[in-house]
Amino acid sequence: MTYDDNAPVLEITDLNLSYWTRAGEIPAVVDFSLVVERGESVGLVGESGCGKSTVAMAVMQYMGHNGTIKSGSIKFKGVELSELKPEELRRLRGSEIAMIYQEPFAALNPSLTIGSQLKDVPMIHEGISEREALERAVGVLSDCRLPDPQRILAAYPHQLSGGQQQRALIAMALLSNPSLLLLDEPTTALDVTVEAGIIELIKELGDKYGTSQVYISHNLGLILEVCDRVSVMYSGEVVEEGTIDSLFAHPRHPYTHGLFGCIALPSADKNAAPLKPIRGQLPLPHERPDGCNFGPRCDHFIHSLCGRDAVPVSDVDSAANHNVRCHRWQEIDHRERVPHGEAMEPIELGETVLEVEAMQKYYEVEDRSLGALIQRHATSYIKANDGLNFDARSAETVAIVGESGCGKSTFAKVLMGLELATDGEVRHNGKDIGSIPVRERSPQQIGSLQMVFQNPFDTLNPSHTIGWQIGRVIKKFGVEKDRAKIRERVMQLLEVVKLPRDFYYRRPRQLSGGQKQRVGIARAFAGNPSMVIADEPVSALDVSVAAAVTQLLMEIQRENRTTLLFISHDLSVVRYLSDRIVVMYLGQIMELGTTTEIFDPPYHPYTEALLSAIPIADPAVTKREIFLSGNLPSALDPPNGCPFSTRCPRSLGAVCDDTRPEVQRNSVGHKIACHIPLEELRLIEPVINVPTVVVREPISAE
Amino acid sequence: MPDANPSSVAKLPTERMPTTWARIIKPIGLLRESPVGMFGTGLVLFWVLVAMFAPLLAPFDPLATLDPLRCPPWWQHDYCPKSEVANTYILGTDHLGRDIFSRLVWAARRVLTYAPLATVCAYAIGIMMGLAAGYYRGWVDNVLSRFADLILSFPVLVLYILIIAHFGASPINIVIAIVFASGPGIMRIVRGLVLDLRTREYVAAAETRGEPSLWIMVLEILPNARGPLIVDACLRLGYVTIAIGVLGFLGLGLPPPDPDWGGMINEARGMAVLFPHMTVFPCIAISSLILGFNLMADGLREISLRD
Repeated sequence: MTYDDNAPVLEITDLNLSYWTRAGEIPAVVDFSLVVERGESVGLVGESGCGKSTVAMAVMQYMGHNGTIKSGSIKFKGVELSELKPEELRRLRGSEIAMIYQEPFAALNPSLTIGSQLKDVPMIHEGISEREALERAVGVLSDCRLPDPQRILAAYPHQLSGGQQQRALIAMALLSNPSLLLLDEPTTALDVTVEAGIIELIKELGDKYGTSQVYISHNLGLILEVCDRVSVMYSGEVVEEGTIDSLFAHPRHPYTHGLFGCIALPSADKNAAPLKPIRGQLPLPHERPDGCNFGPRCDHFIHSLCGRDAVPVSDVDSAANHNVRCHRWQEIDHRERVPHGEAMEPIELGETVLEVEAMQKYYEVEDRSLGALIQRHATSYIKANDGLNFDARSAETVAIVGESGCGKSTFAKVLMGLELATDGEVRHNGKDIGSIPVRERSPQQIGSLQMVFQNPFDTLNPSHTIGWQIGRVIKKFGVEKDRAKIRERVMQLLEVVKLPRDFYYRRPRQLSGGQKQRVGIARAFAGNPSMVIADEPVSALDVSVAAAVTQLLMEIQRENRTTLLFISHDLSVVRYLSDRIVVMYLGQIMELGTTTEIFDPPYHPYTEALLSAIPIADPAVTKREIFLSGNLPSALDPPNGCPFSTRCPRSLGAVCDDTRPEVQRNSVGHKIACHIPLEELRLIEPVINVPTVVVREPISAE
Repeated sequence: MPDANPSSVAKLPTERMPTTWARIIKPIGLLRESPVGMFGTGLVLFWVLVAMFAPLLAPFDPLATLDPLRCPPWWQHDYCPKSEVANTYILGTDHLGRDIFSRLVWAARRVLTYAPLATVCAYAIGIMMGLAAGYYRGWVDNVLSRFADLILSFPVLVLYILIIAHFGASPINIVIAIVFASGPGIMRIVRGLVLDLRTREYVAAAETRGEPSLWIMVLEILPNARGPLIVDACLRLGYVTIAIGVLGFLGLGLPPPDPDWGGMINEARGMAVLFPHMTVFPCIAISSLILGFNLMADGLREISLRD
């Protein structure tokens, strides 16, 4: 086995991969080709089930017992991987080709220290001594921007934060200086500000080590930041590929074009330029249509042309390596169709529905150690919510934004009555509900305040039919009593969320993620709520599905004039759909204002960092880059002064560390809790620069 | 906004709700994919049919003393003192001259009545305790779990002997003894499942609409725990069959003279060397039924692990 250093690092030609299941053969990847040159970074983008992870597994020759490579070749530096013996493969994996997975906590062995997991890599692959291996590990760890590498080496995985774990994994992957790095959604499980740091690190390391990268993601924004070239996959095929510049500026395939219409770019606006979801859903691998896979969902589909044979790849721009798998790419003029949905009138806001006043939620933590008993410090408090003040009006969308652990879910629990507020008031329609547990609330009260949950796979009870589950809510809230009427109402609700009526008899396992989330929405709206809390309702969904669900949620809100409390960490979605934004950090409100007030200076320094972390899939938009150092402090032991003081790049020093900042009012509704005077904050440059005219027009066909 | 499901408009329901019967039948249909499971199900089904048609299958009254005593089974009928009538006793007769085949058949009916009854009762208790412990946690969990630990710390056999020696041998007391001995084990399984299932969002959804705890436990959580519980129930049916056999063997089982496999072995064990047929056939009966339950459980587990 000799590597040819002149050959491309990875060359995949006409690859066909299949899985064998009870239902028979399932072609997961069809006719896939990809070339990765030395030092190049190639993105694989697509929705779940499009086969992008299967490709990575095939490169590692790790397909599982029921997966096979049917035809085609995968060459690594000129060596055909499928011809390697198990022993040769074992030497290759981890030393020449390394992989980084989505969930760092699942990829690290919890019972071994980071050091012993890291040192194994060069010791096994290069046979160097333990001391040498540890020295090298220290070097790579500091390259991965992990402070105090010695401490990290001695630590067990659970002692590190998610971001640190992922950095340690990247270090592990780089230890043997591989030629190819496969990254399978490496930041999906992380918080936004942490994600931004990891992405920066990946870019930097790519330059420093000259490693070729295959970056798998569903997020076009991240691909834009990391990669040189990109392949867009749909239903097992590459539908379009090209350099970042060429493909992002002029997407040719209707699917790629549709994807851009589904993401909340800065040019999208919920009233003037709403998102345009792709209709229909991804076909299951054994139900793919004849001809073009995207055909049934495409606006430009012509049966006689697209509906028969497999579509060949056409060359759009050979200089940019831009290819597209579409018959009609030359004819389709994407200019004649707006990438957005139809414009709508803004909704007028009504009277105040929710008032939160100095709301506090503390959790008591008992320390039962002997030392604590002697010193009489037996109880301490986790300040999950510390003095929240804000309100929401009818038909308004208020977003609560913050990283995990900022207390946004605790607030939702108090609102729903699953937890009681420690102090302060939460008034819904003028009535304080912060101290009433859910079982003591009246059915009308419960019904008027409902919730849409995050995880579509968990939100419906798998044992009951859809009709039973929605019907129960209607009965419980006393909307209807009679059985036939309840059934009728369920049917109406199904229609509202755009699901066929026969879903009444289905069970959740027969539904896709997006459909389940629609049922979740129908269930939340069954009691005619005046306010709905949506806890990251689309974060687990695919881009095109998420757009449809977001649009649906807003449509129902518009019709019923519901107040929507939207809990999220994704600022691009928040910017798109909310009227006002509450930025939370460690249980406190850092900044509060309308969407434009939040996105324009003056900023709170934390808001500034959050904005900088949004990946934006538009090459025309520029951002100022701000990276936060350190971790979120423990809620048990928050900083004395401003909670953000430990990570704040604009910290003033002692004042920030010791005294809590006063809330400064920039305008009537715009409040910032910061020690830096408003005049100074106003001078900060905007983080996101959107060119005044956003041009996304494809060049003409000729 | 473009419709994500163009076919949705005013479509009439086409799919019918599957009947309860169809839902029970379906997993059994799936068993076909596991040969081991099929074999086990076949064995169990065989004994169930035997028990159901006992009056038709048994040629004699299981309690009637016939002539001759200790007649050997059919292939040794030449040795029978009255070989001209011996052909009617397929498996021979026991020391009191009762037809062993008839007794086996009737005993199947008793075992297959009390084993499931005891298992169902044990499950009812175990599920209630497990649901309460797993859902409420806190002191409820502490009290129930420590109680379960207490019972599980006794050797099972000692527990049986204690209960039955105290209350006397009767079918009901056997059921009580078995419920006592297996309830805590079932409770632990259910508790573990509930601890996991209660964190699901559909449980949170039920809580946020103010459902009573009983509703959440029985209708939201319990149905989703059924997979592992069904497998465990099959295995446990086997254990209970063993337990009934052991109790019979110890003379604490279903009271004589009614036939009972364990009791039959017990009564004939002194003559096992001279007249092996009196013990071997009940032994085969017990083993085959337990094997059936175990293989059925294996098959169910195999199927549930697929996909």
